[in-house]
Amino acid sequence: MSDNLTWVEVGPASAIPQQGARTLQTETDRIAIFRTLDDQVFALLDRCPHKQGPLAQGIVHGHFVTCPLHNMVFSLETGEAQGPDDGCAAKVECQVVNGVVRVGLTELQAGLRHAG
Amino acid sequence: MNHVTAALRTAKSRLVVIGNGMAGMRTVEEILSRAPDKYDITVFGAEPRVNYNRIMLSPLLSGEKDFDEIVINTPEWYTENNIYLYSGDPVVKIDRDRKVVISKSGTETEYDELLLATGSDPIIIPVPGHKLDGVVTFRDVDDVETMLGAAAKGGPAVIVGGGLLGLEAAVGLQSRGMNVTVLHLAGHVMERQLDPSAGYLLAQELERRGITVITEADTAEIVGSEHVTGVRLKDGRMIPADLVVMAVGIRPNGRLAADAGVAVERGIVVDDVMTTSDPAIFAVGECVQHRGQCYGLVAPLFEMAKSLADHMAEIETDGYTGSVTSTKLKVTGVDVFSAGDFSGGGETEEIVFRDAGRGVYKRIVLEDGKVKGAVLYGDTSDGGWYFQLMKDGEDVTELRDTLAFGQAFAGGSSGNPLDAVAALPDDAEICGCNGVCKGSIVAAISEKSLTTLDEVKGHTKASASCGSCSGLVENLLAATLGGDYQAATVKPICTCTDHDHDSVRRLIIAKNLKSMPAVMQELEWKSSDGCHVCRPALNYYLLAAWPGEYVDHGASRFINERVHANIQKDGTYSVIPRMWGGLTNPRELRAIADVADKFEIPTVKVTGGQRIDLLGVKKEDLPAVWADLNSAGMVSGHAYGKSLRTVKSCVGQEWCRFGTQMSMGMAVELEKMTWGSWMPHKFKMAVSGCPRNCAEATIKDFGVVATDGGWDLHVGGNGGIHVRATDLLCKVTTDEEVKEYCGAFIQLYREEARYLERTAPWIERVGLKHVQERVVDDEDNRKALFDRFMISQKTAQIDPWAERASEGVDAHEFNPLSIIAAE
Repeated sequence: MSDNLTWVEVGPASAIPQQGARTLQTETDRIAIFRTLDDQVFALLDRCPHKQGPLAQGIVHGHFVTCPLHNMVFSLETGEAQGPDDGCAAKVECQVVNGVVRVGLTELQAGLRHAG
Repeated sequence: MNHVTAALRTAKSRLVVIGNGMAGMRTVEEILSRAPDKYDITVFGAEPRVNYNRIMLSPLLSGEKDFDEIVINTPEWYTENNIYLYSGDPVVKIDRDRKVVISKSGTETEYDELLLATGSDPIIIPVPGHKLDGVVTFRDVDDVETMLGAAAKGGPAVIVGGGLLGLEAAVGLQSRGMNVTVLHLAGHVMERQLDPSAGYLLAQELERRGITVITEADTAEIVGSEHVTGVRLKDGRMIPADLVVMAVGIRPNGRLAADAGVAVERGIVVDDVMTTSDPAIFAVGECVQHRGQCYGLVAPLFEMAKSLADHMAEIETDGYTGSVTSTKLKVTGVDVFSAGDFSGGGETEEIVFRDAGRGVYKRIVLEDGKVKGAVLYGDTSDGGWYFQLMKDGEDVTELRDTLAFGQAFAGGSSGNPLDAVAALPDDAEICGCNGVCKGSIVAAISEKSLTTLDEVKGHTKASASCGSCSGLVENLLAATLGGDYQAATVKPICTCTDHDHDSVRRLIIAKNLKSMPAVMQELEWKSSDGCHVCRPALNYYLLAAWPGEYVDHGASRFINERVHANIQKDGTYSVIPRMWGGLTNPRELRAIADVADKFEIPTVKVTGGQRIDLLGVKKEDLPAVWADLNSAGMVSGHAYGKSLRTVKSCVGQEWCRFGTQMSMGMAVELEKMTWGSWMPHKFKMAVSGCPRNCAEATIKDFGVVATDGGWDLHVGGNGGIHVRATDLLCKVTTDEEVKEYCGAFIQLYREEARYLERTAPWIERVGLKHVQERVVDDEDNRKALFDRFMISQKTAQIDPWAERASEGVDAHEFNPLSIIAAE
């Protein structure tokens, strides 16, 4: 799967606030791109596995984000829910090259192939 | 002058104590515990107060403790023990021939035995200007009060002397908002306790906290005409100062003894049972010279007290043989420990351990395979262990390889602190200040069935002085009692910290912490940047503590307060414009209808708080929706915030045939006064125009109900899961009073309640009486609260919608970073 990723540049990392997030609207869904206090950048699908809460709008702390709807906490590194909660937010490949954020999209997300 | 009168006087031997300080009173306690009926005791103290813990002056200065917390013996203690206390009435003369002491007020008191515990005087360098106003020492509560008075005005302070006391004064004054410079004569700070490496680390830490440290600084002159304005150094440098603290050392106070012809050299000369050259006169504490040594630390004083008490109670004793001392700096967040001789050289060898990342430095000096001295910086948890090894003269050759890693490694004990204390020998010293060893604590716990830290303090004195061993004592309690031990718990805010809400709020003010990183650093947060539980709380506490100064930290707010709308289950938002007092008009209603049409808002609903809610607004449309509402004169209704929500009203005397007051007008006035205020939780109000109470004011946080002659003010109501009717706060007559009480009540709630605590649980926790005492009974306090509320409102009443709709604030919140579209 990851062999077929399409890498797209989405903008400078500095456009994402520290301890905050911005979103990337793809053909099929929305991706949340987070920037942590130590200036690392992570991406998850902007959809909490619990009730589809928009994770980009949660509070970012350490390498975690807290969902704004019901306070479930997810690891930005793995997408795993923390503490007693079960679930996993979908991890999206992401890197920063020369200060520019690049996200690895599937063909569907990139609009190279239409679903169905 | 205060007298504490003893209940009964009998014909026992008469003991007079000169000095109501730590050494004198500890000796009295030790005597009472051995021979409670032997003496009639009279105590003279120069300070006009009961006996307090002088080594706690630093926390008193920094605000971490208040005076009541550092009192050792209350007035009741003196009465219960039949001790006559003359406080604020120092002895001025001893007449040894008549065996009488004469006090300043002229009182003559006869003695059979006399105990001198006159302590020491701070040394004042007699440079020009040393008598100017604003030049103080750091020796007693009066000095602390002078320093706090100066700190309240801010400005620059100079500390002369970079020893233990000087640095504690520097940190205290800095945390109180002064701009502090430390002048130190030697090449590095605390040179008597620290080697140059640890001194350097300490100076760095002080500089990082904003304190300037100048070493090799020789003071030439204190400058000023009446009040001090600065300090000039011998090299010509001039350092401005509104306050100069002399902390260059202490000198034993032997004046009374010398005047009376008792042998005094540097201090009052005593033998091993603390007897002076006059066999009827004893001396303990910092005023004495024993085997050529004078001491300025608390542990030796207490050892002297025990030896003397044994002697006076006629118990067989080896006497006092001198002390080996260790030192700890009492500055929160700075761990420094030293003991013994660490000068090195000669036949000594040393073990050094550094960890720059953690800022840790350890140096252990060995001689003949034994610990001779130790200096620890950054991690002092093994200080007590090295000190014990040193005092016991234990051969550490076999431990040498892992000595620097501490007891957990060397002793073979695990990292579990309970195992570590369990592994300690019975004669291991736990409390250095009071010289209490593990065996006596364990014995007291078992024999007296002690179960709490306070009880152990009471019975053994362990951890009753500087308190730094209280963790060890708690571990001993846990190890001794097993599962029966319940530590006195404070409920931390979250797993990022050990502090609870109340102590964080107190320390933010006391330590002058003005940013989130400052709070997390100084209060030793355990995570790098907190979590979704503590960050919003800290943001609120900082905002409430420093109105107009603290810059709101958006990333620490819940999404609703970040985008000023209510997130809904599908990720869309609801928007509620403010309608003052629940009143609207055709123009506003048209604008709302137009907005609903234009942005295809699917649901329009009237809320429980008498407002109109537009539900299902897409996030990216929010700024445009607000712009349209703003242009019709409407602002944010804050329906999403931990803030003033709505003020409901009934139609009142304006329309209603039963109405006794203008409730709509009052509701509008209250809402205009209070909107925009951030609070611990949401806050709802209502105003009813007569006791029929159609606005349901008695389930609101602040409810106003009109009566014939005025208004009833109700507080602490809630209509949620746990319905709670309000308590009647008071009755007032004028409209102005309603506003003042309302503002004062809100401010008290803002200052005292914990984050996410509504007024109902807050009032149940503190009691209605607590609120009434501050808002109703005390007029000055009410006005002060109201003034503080209005000051914070000056910077709070800015429409967040307008800022975002037309000024581009937080634009990143409302637009995606990028959109990928199919080719």
